[in-house]
Amino acid sequence: MADLEKFRAETRAWLEQNCPAEMRKPMASDGDTFWGGRNTKFSSDAQRVWFERMRDKGWTVPHWPKEYGGGGLDGEEAKIVRQEMAAIGARQPLTSFGISMLGPALLKYGTEEQKKEHLPKITAGLIRWCQGYSEPNAGSDLASLQTRAVGDGDDYIINGQKIWTSYANYADWIFCLVRTDPAAKKHDGISFILFDMASTGVSTKPILLISGYSPFCETFFDNVRVPKSHVVGTVNRGWDVAKYLLQHERAMISGMGERGVGRPLGQIAADSVGADAQGRLDDAQLRSQIASFEVDEAALAAAAERAVDLAKAGQSHPAFSSAMKYYGTELNKRRYEILMSAGGIDALEWESDRSKGGARPRAWLRTKANSIEGGTSEVMLGIVAKRILDLPGA
Amino acid sequence: MALVLTEEQSMLRDSARGLISDKAPVAHLRSLRDSKDATGFSRELWTTFAEMGFSGLLVPDQFGGSGLGCVEAGIVMEEIGRTLMPSPFLATAVLAASALSRGGSEAQKAQHLPKIADGSLLAALAIDEGAKHRPLQTKLQATRSGNGFKLSGDKAFVVDGHTADLLIVAARSAGGAGDKNGLTLFLVDPKAKGLAVERTAMVDSHNAARIVFDKVEVNADSVLGEVDQGFGLLEGVLNIGRGSVASEMVGLSEEVFGRTVTYLKERKQFGKPIGEFQALQHRAAELYIDIEITRAAVLKALQALDVDLDKAGNAVSVAKARAGTTATLAVQEGVQMHGGMGMTDQFDIGFFMKRARVCQELFGDSNFHADQLAQGKGY
Ligand SMILES: Cc1cc2nc3c(=O)[nH]c(=O)nc-3n(C[C@H](O)[C@H](O)[C@H](O)COP(=O)(O)OP(=O)(O)OC[C@H]3O[C@@H](n4cnc5c(N)ncnc54)[C@H](O)[C@@H]3O)c2cc1C
Repeated sequence: MADLEKFRAETRAWLEQNCPAEMRKPMASDGDTFWGGRNTKFSSDAQRVWFERMRDKGWTVPHWPKEYGGGGLDGEEAKIVRQEMAAIGARQPLTSFGISMLGPALLKYGTEEQKKEHLPKITAGLIRWCQGYSEPNAGSDLASLQTRAVGDGDDYIINGQKIWTSYANYADWIFCLVRTDPAAKKHDGISFILFDMASTGVSTKPILLISGYSPFCETFFDNVRVPKSHVVGTVNRGWDVAKYLLQHERAMISGMGERGVGRPLGQIAADSVGADAQGRLDDAQLRSQIASFEVDEAALAAAAERAVDLAKAGQSHPAFSSAMKYYGTELNKRRYEILMSAGGIDALEWESDRSKGGARPRAWLRTKANSIEGGTSEVMLGIVAKRILDLPGA
Repeated sequence: MALVLTEEQSMLRDSARGLISDKAPVAHLRSLRDSKDATGFSRELWTTFAEMGFSGLLVPDQFGGSGLGCVEAGIVMEEIGRTLMPSPFLATAVLAASALSRGGSEAQKAQHLPKIADGSLLAALAIDEGAKHRPLQTKLQATRSGNGFKLSGDKAFVVDGHTADLLIVAARSAGGAGDKNGLTLFLVDPKAKGLAVERTAMVDSHNAARIVFDKVEVNADSVLGEVDQGFGLLEGVLNIGRGSVASEMVGLSEEVFGRTVTYLKERKQFGKPIGEFQALQHRAAELYIDIEITRAAVLKALQALDVDLDKAGNAVSVAKARAGTTATLAVQEGVQMHGGMGMTDQFDIGFFMKRARVCQELFGDSNFHADQLAQGKGY
């Protein structure tokens, strides 16, 4: 315990010294996120400095082993880093699907060679990954995917189409689900494979979203040649890897509401709605909606903390991430509905400078995808019913 | 009065639906948005609206209109809601026409109403100043000057403000924020000296403007209704607008719902139409029930407005509050049940989500109207 207190004090002092003031302010928009990768650009000097210092300390991913570019911290220490960063409002120095999704799957299923090859490049922000799961006819029913990988000597030849591939047009590499045995039952013929998006035969086409942004793409594979050694885990057993990764994806998405959280909702609302004579928000119903939202938000934060502790104690249910994903994303949608309501007509402007290009309504519309991406709310409830509650026929 | 449409009303609905679905499907709004059209609606279509008598629906016969009521206006608004057609109908044919015909002097009526009826005059109502709809908080100052007034202050969210030939402006001529007495409505020429109009691009690709008044001079003839006693007139006009927007939201909700149910029957996952999953069936059924209940409340309010405008407040608040929550639910479920497709711009459903958000805010959101109802009932 004394050691941990010492660690906390050192961490606090280091962050105080090294986290630029600009990186302690809430992000103005999604554009302020640093994703890394070959074609990356920093949006500010402060962002670059912050990233480089954290990278050099191994703290882009504090809990991964040092040999793979992580910080080598144990669970308690990593928690302290998170808490101390949160205490000063420090932004994530690096956000990436490599950290939140692929990394954990590689640590569990990858060969030593694969780990040494890919993990350090993730922690150093050198390679940006995208996720090739969904297909036009394989959404919620992911295991019905049709993209084919056919063996040819030491390689596979991959053909097919993916859809909703987030940031495929910016990504360097893809982790991808392909069908390697079309004769097997649908879950048993899938493999999990990694390849470079610059490979011959890969093309992407951005899809415009209702928010006016195009964060995801249609992705096409036309005779893409990939070495067989790029399969992670056992050939045809890719579903296990895919599911394990999804648990991490869901945990990440459920925490999205906490990302970039700025001032409390009640204060934001007071800016536009004003206060009554007692200093309370001058809209009794909005006030009670915000208060009950904040009750739920605090409880969710406790549940998220507990989920980590339960996992450490070996007591968590593997499907619990679905419960958290469901609750976290529905709550985040509620948050943005309230933000829109609090903003009133100011939150309805789309292109003006006054509205920062419509930042609030665009963020509001983006949250509608939270309960769809990474598995829909309906699918999450189905998983809870079947895997946790063991309900018949579910 | 029966809560069903009469034969004439059904005919009106059919002709409005025919015209609007033919000439202004959602693709119409989309192309106006994509081309960043300076007007934001089709003047040609507005002329057709006038020829069919829609622009003069609420204008009394003697001024060239058809002298119909709020139920009829609501019928047209519902059809507008189905395709999200941007049009001056709400601002000009509903709000301005009722403000003038209810509060105007004979001279004012004779000057403006025939032009509203024949489609040649566009008007807009300038009320809101802050982020939320709070008409009693009006601050825009009307100071006496000579035989008239000088207006100073800001208005926001003036629907169709950038194309209006005539503005109806709520101003404070006496008292302070929150007072019912001391509000006056003025008819103002948007080209008047000291007046600046800025079109605001809204999330729903419909039109609104911010307007700044810097000592804008108006003479005594431009007062609509009575000096300092404008709140009663304004409240009546706003209630007609609220009923109309509620009706638009019913149309919007039903359309989104219809499209969603179609998708539930078409889209297959796990080897069957997703509509076979009870998790979705029950929610679709609940949404259907919700929309039907709201539809009744809205028709009730529109009828109440026609019977006795001054007593319709509670019914209107019920309608607007419910229509707002129903539309919010309908578009949320619409996007969710379409999965990834629902998030794409190429699909129309996002347009409904955006318009629903604006309609919710327009003339008071569900919270505002629940509060109005509480006040109306004396608690
Ligand atoms: C913003 C965003 C980013 C994304 N990023 C990626 C990415 O990077 N990589 C990637 O591979 N994919 C990505 N996706 C895809 C995402 O995982 C899918 O959209 C999701 O799994 C749903 O599939 P679908 O869109 O085909 O919807 P469908 O599966 O067609 O679902 C339609 C509706 O039916 C419901 N439904 C389906 N099955 C059932 C059932 N059994 N019981 C009850 N209801 C059911 C759904 O819940 C939904 O409401 C992204 C999606 C979004 C919106």
